[in-house]
Amino acid sequence: MEFFIQLLNGIQYGLLLFLLATGLTLIFGIMGVLNLAHGSFYMVGAYLAYWLARQTGNMWLAIPLELAIVFIIGLILESTLYARLYHRDHLHQVLLSFGLILIFEELRSIFFGDDVHGVPVPESLKHSIPLTSTLSYPVYRLFISATCLAVAGAMYLVIQKTKIGMTIRAGSTNREMVQSLGINIKLVYRWVFAFGVTLAAFAGMIAAPVSSVYPGMGSQILIICFVVVVIGGIGSIKGAMVAALMIGIVDTLGQVLLPEFSGVAVYLLMAVVLLWRPQGLFKVA
Amino acid sequence: MLVLGAMCIALVPLTGATFYIQLVSKIMILAIFAMSLDLLVGCVGLVSLGHAAFFGVAGYLIAFLSPKYQAASFWLTLPAVLMISAALACLIGLLVLRTSGIYFIMVTLAFGQMLYYLFHDTKLGGGSDGIYLYVKPELSIAGSKVVDLEKPLQFFYFVFAILLGVYFLLRHILVSPFGHALAGLRVNEQRMRSLGFPPFPYKLGAFVLAGMLAGLAGYLSACQFGFVNPEILSWHYSATVLMMLILGGAGRLYGAILGAFAYVLLQELLASQALLGSLAKHWQLGMGVSVVLIVLLLPSGLASLFDHFGRPRPAQSGG
Repeated sequence: MEFFIQLLNGIQYGLLLFLLATGLTLIFGIMGVLNLAHGSFYMVGAYLAYWLARQTGNMWLAIPLELAIVFIIGLILESTLYARLYHRDHLHQVLLSFGLILIFEELRSIFFGDDVHGVPVPESLKHSIPLTSTLSYPVYRLFISATCLAVAGAMYLVIQKTKIGMTIRAGSTNREMVQSLGINIKLVYRWVFAFGVTLAAFAGMIAAPVSSVYPGMGSQILIICFVVVVIGGIGSIKGAMVAALMIGIVDTLGQVLLPEFSGVAVYLLMAVVLLWRPQGLFKVA
Repeated sequence: MLVLGAMCIALVPLTGATFYIQLVSKIMILAIFAMSLDLLVGCVGLVSLGHAAFFGVAGYLIAFLSPKYQAASFWLTLPAVLMISAALACLIGLLVLRTSGIYFIMVTLAFGQMLYYLFHDTKLGGGSDGIYLYVKPELSIAGSKVVDLEKPLQFFYFVFAILLGVYFLLRHILVSPFGHALAGLRVNEQRMRSLGFPPFPYKLGAFVLAGMLAGLAGYLSACQFGFVNPEILSWHYSATVLMMLILGGAGRLYGAILGAFAYVLLQELLASQALLGSLAKHWQLGMGVSVVLIVLLLPSGLASLFDHFGRPRPAQSGG
């Protein structure tokens, strides 16, 4: 039973990673931009959840408010900074986004200090489901999993079945062609970027009651997301899903079984996958 | 101009202040580190975000190799550290060089983090607290001490000599057939392959050499501070060195030296309480803004400012 609970936790963590990694892989696959600051948006999301939950006292009100805020931040950053770097070397993208990480971290330190803060679980999701006489599973974790799955499903539908999705897919393959067909690709990029970072912030927000908010939380999760994207294959949402679940389960079980080496386990997994398939499990042609 | 720069550095000890001697020693060590990265980034076009791993592992190695209360022999430990750094770089290089572009960045970062967690989470090197190097290695020839690394001034000139040595070594390598092949790989890998230069061994050679030189810098840094902790392996540190490189200008070795000076001095400025008062605590904010501005406004680094006078741009900085 203990194992079953850990497995559920692993899946929940994996689904959360998927939300993050999918934004990263989209921004990458479509615009070819490596955004190191992606983890910072996760942190921004979590801290906004902490702050808005205290201000409004109601998470259901805080969520849409926060998503709107982050979406606007995303639009602004894309148009003022990232848009200038699409044709530049990856080196510059890396450094620009690293500069943004420093800025986000210091702003966090100025406004919220360097302490760890807990975020309360919403009242309506506070109970847990009893599994045996002594063990039970919190409903909130199930809620996280369900939400992530719902977002994943909605994204699949939008990208595969709608006209917007078709434009996005076309834009990632041939930018000039899409443009010559009369579609403003710059605008598409801007929206995809803002959408991607909003997903990251959303992940941070729903994770906050479980993980609490703390300094450096963005960088930590960013690296794991990189591992997910590398294993899954850049630009592949399906790959991100499979890899995220793999990493989530390996990491969670690793922490229980081999606590000292859990940090190394996911990287070993990545090394093995790289030896076998250097382009990731699901390479996008 | 280079001679002028070298003379400026050599004259620093005349100020007589130990603070400046130690600060410039630290900068010179970082310059060696940044030059080793320049071999990958500027020359071959491989952007590594895990370069601090070699720097950090070398620091840990010297701490492990030294007996607790006695000085280790410089002549034994340095080659050992360099050999192990090179071996590690070879092992990691075999894996990461299978990838390229964005993948390479992410994979080097992930391997760097793997080593970071290895030292951070296990008891191997004192966990997150790090370990001390109580006695610095002894550099003696035929039983008599030549250079006393415990003395800041002697350490300063020792590092200075190594900095010059590494600079001329790398410059020599860059104009050798090997160096030209590397520059060719950056510009057009396909064409190099068709000319009969298999990319992989060349890249691996550069990766191993860069790892080894980063190890050298890590060794010196551990000697200077007498202390190592996992932070010197972290990806933040790798990104910091990358920042120095872009600040100075990648692809020309002196850019790395310039960048190391500019970065550390900027950091000292932003973190100086006398100038900025309570804002100094948040120096990273100013650093972040500076980095963003430099990427946007001066993408070829400070060294590009000097391009208009003096010698024409060296061929390998064309990218």
